[in-house]
Amino acid sequence: MMTANVLGVFAHVDTTVDAIRQLRAKGFSQLTVYTPVPVEEIEEEVERVRPLSKVRLFTLIGGLTGTATGFFLTIWSSLVWSLVTGSKDPVSYPPFVIIAFELTILLGGLSTVLAVLLLGRLPRLKPSPTYDPRFTLDRFGVAVACPDAQADVVKSLLSSAGAEEVRR
Amino acid sequence: MSAPPNGTAQVTWADVNRDVIRTIGMPGNTYFAWMCLVGLILAAGVSAWAWQIWVGMGAAGKRTPQMWAMYITTFVFWIGIGHAGTLISAILYLFRAKWRTSIYRGAEAMTVFAVMTAGLFPVIHAGRMWFAYWLLPYPNQRFLWPNFKSPLVWDVFAISTYLTISVVFFIVGLVPDIAALRDQATGFKRKIYAVLSLGWEGSDSQWRHYRRGYGLLASLATPLVLSVHSVVSFDFAMALVPGWHSTLFAPFFVDGAIFSGFAMVLVLMLPMRYLFNWYAYIGDKHLDAMAKLILVTSLVLTYFYACEVLTSWYSGEHFERASLFYKATREYAWAYWLMYFCNCVTPLVFFWKKARTHVVTLYVVSIFVLIGMWFERFNIIVPGLGHDFYPYTWGTYYPTVTDTTIIIGSFAWFLILFLGFIRVLPSLSIVEVKEVLPHPLKRGAHAGHH
Repeated sequence: MMTANVLGVFAHVDTTVDAIRQLRAKGFSQLTVYTPVPVEEIEEEVERVRPLSKVRLFTLIGGLTGTATGFFLTIWSSLVWSLVTGSKDPVSYPPFVIIAFELTILLGGLSTVLAVLLLGRLPRLKPSPTYDPRFTLDRFGVAVACPDAQADVVKSLLSSAGAEEVRR
Repeated sequence: MSAPPNGTAQVTWADVNRDVIRTIGMPGNTYFAWMCLVGLILAAGVSAWAWQIWVGMGAAGKRTPQMWAMYITTFVFWIGIGHAGTLISAILYLFRAKWRTSIYRGAEAMTVFAVMTAGLFPVIHAGRMWFAYWLLPYPNQRFLWPNFKSPLVWDVFAISTYLTISVVFFIVGLVPDIAALRDQATGFKRKIYAVLSLGWEGSDSQWRHYRRGYGLLASLATPLVLSVHSVVSFDFAMALVPGWHSTLFAPFFVDGAIFSGFAMVLVLMLPMRYLFNWYAYIGDKHLDAMAKLILVTSLVLTYFYACEVLTSWYSGEHFERASLFYKATREYAWAYWLMYFCNCVTPLVFFWKKARTHVVTLYVVSIFVLIGMWFERFNIIVPGLGHDFYPYTWGTYYPTVTDTTIIIGSFAWFLILFLGFIRVLPSLSIVEVKEVLPHPLKRGAHAGHH
């Protein structure tokens, strides 16, 4: 079965939200919504059926790796090359907290960016077929992947919801 | 300069794209004239550095006990300047302060460039700067590692983390904006922007991870901003030098950093607003908010100054008192009182409502603040080191042509980066400014969103 990509271009937030709701109600679930800026109303509608983004997991793992690396590096290196002063233990934790803290932030931050890239499928080498340059200006897009036979239903749904332009 | 109407009421989303895109492109002759001037000053700075490397550190006027002198003064100054950007983009983001959207991109660029400038100084100061990599922990045959108990090594970690995270934050914020530039550019420019935008399309799944990631980066950057200058302050506070060895130093430094950072934001943003005609985006409320922040941080700083004086008097510690007395009355007294005047007295004018939106007043006070904050670090370092426990080691520092030229050159380096930036990348965030504008609605537009 051939699949069709139908795109509706909208000028308003509320009509975009309407279109998403109506499409969902009719059982079309493969939607891609393009917005120039993140819009809460649209996000709420889209996020309803999705699990929470996994970016935070990357941040957590990255951050903890940083903490562990910081403590490991400082403790291990002070043991292999000990600078003994006043016969005190070469492993002095308080200053090592600073190194561990900095590395927590460093690796936590870098893994967050990595997560945004990996999960958001970036960089994208070719624009997706339903993308329109107006989506970074002031227009919203709702792209629907549906069986070929239902393309006309989707088209009329999008236009009735208030799309300025509908195309395949 | 006339004061055009303020507020963002009439601006549409398409206007934002247009007003940002028109600032990018082939600049005029005035711009290149400025660039040449700044370039010449930078060249003088670089030559002076080369001279210092050739002749030795004596060229920088470094004699015991003044081994830190103006380089570390300027290093701390630039790190301080670099605090406003991340404060605006991380802390104010988490607090959902909407006024930040119009100034945050410029401030973030300022942060990145200021930290890049600051990073030069330990290298310049270190003399044999080709061994600077010794500060980094890297595996080597002799199992030699940096001494992690040294505040100077903490500093290396703090500054490099801060630079990395600021750059990352800056780039992440730029990606959707560059995509907007790409979509309205043509030819070769479009290709460059297409690569830089990483193929961003603003689809729901991209935004979903992006927003989550941005929030997390902001939450990581928030403690980082507060920690960086605290760690810088440990360079001093961990030493036993009178006037340095104080638990007050971390919050004192952080406050001063924010204070001077905001002054620098104003110094850069006011001309930009005028030249780019961005009165619709940077209005009175933005200036008012920044002036209020300068006022508050100035009052806090005054409190810290008072604490510093009180603790050295009340401690009964002979050397602490002697150090304070020396700062306030001897060779460097002029610098000491200039600092008080610039940091504690001039910002008081912002108690007056009209002054907080008056461009000339804002500019003049900001310049005073920058001067005052440079001298604050000077007063900690130079008289501090010049008058410690033992009269035999006392000494006065005299600036030389070499180190003064290098320091002036650092301002040129900063400006050349900033001037370059404003002509190739959006210095106003397209996405974030649009976010706080009223969203387009078909059924009865309500004022703003939320």
